Amino acid sequence: MTQSDFLKSVLPFKDKVFRLAKRLLVSTEEAEDATQELYFKLWKNKEKLSDYKNVEAFAMTMTKNYCFDRLKSKQASNLTLVHSNYKEKDTALEKKLEYRDSVNQVHQLIENLPEQQKLVIQLRDIEDYDFEEIGKMLDLKPTAVRVTLSRARKTIREELIKQHNYGVI
Amino acid sequence: MELSKIESLLEKYLNAETSLQEEVILKNYFLSGNVAPKFQEYEAMFSYFNDSKEETLEVPIQLNTKKTNWKWLSVAASVALLVSMYMGNGYLAEKQAKEQYAQITTALQLLSSNLNKGNEAMANLYVYEDTVNKIFKPSK
Repeated sequence: MTQSDFLKSVLPFKDKVFRLAKRLLVSTEEAEDATQELYFKLWKNKEKLSDYKNVEAFAMTMTKNYCFDRLKSKQASNLTLVHSNYKEKDTALEKKLEYRDSVNQVHQLIENLPEQQKLVIQLRDIEDYDFEEIGKMLDLKPTAVRVTLSRARKTIREELIKQHNYGVI
Repeated sequence: MELSKIESLLEKYLNAETSLQEEVILKNYFLSGNVAPKFQEYEAMFSYFNDSKEETLEVPIQLNTKKTNWKWLSVAASVALLVSMYMGNGYLAEKQAKEQYAQITTALQLLSSNLNKGNEAMANLYVYEDTVNKIFKPSK
């Protein structure tokens, strides 16, 4: 496999890899490093890539695993996770905030979800994968993907309603 | 789009039972900018999902990582260090040898000049001997 063949087969999903990494690692630089690292790994294993029916799903799985490792080693070396430092803003002020801010708030709400739910939201609602593919990437049964996704969507919606009193207006 | 249809789709959406096509319908509705007030929270969600798709990797991907470069750089640095140490050592030895040569030369010159002084004194002795011989003729 030449370098240009390789790039043709793996570059189309580089942004998806990056976004998934960023969803888990939060920081842009970390996500860039993770993407770089992933592509380097893929390049080193380029001979084996043809064995995989779905290189993209394989790459997403690798990304997920790599990010989990990074998160673990961060915790082990006692570095604080950026997203655990998130503080809620003044709620009185929150109510005044407009549309744009409630969009940003969705970002924070997703950050507070458990890792598995984050992954499923990212892969389904942002990257539009079907349940079969997500199941393969996360090594879950499609029904388990559904359950996780349903929980995540409900949590985000309920939190939004809570923080904005949408339902009451 | 009738609200009742959106409402039933949203119900399915929360239970993760919507197909990708149905989710496209929902996305289009919520991004239209004409959303019923009772669905406001979904508008934020779908807008966020849509915005997130726009984010792209801004740095180019390198397949030859810096790691190997660092490795070769360190090898090159250590080779350079060894070579310079070797060269420096040779230079130092040469310099020391030259110094020693200079010291020995001055020492030998001192020695020879002192020897020459002694020789001059010896010459005076010959003069003395001549005089003695004039007075006391040596016996034949």
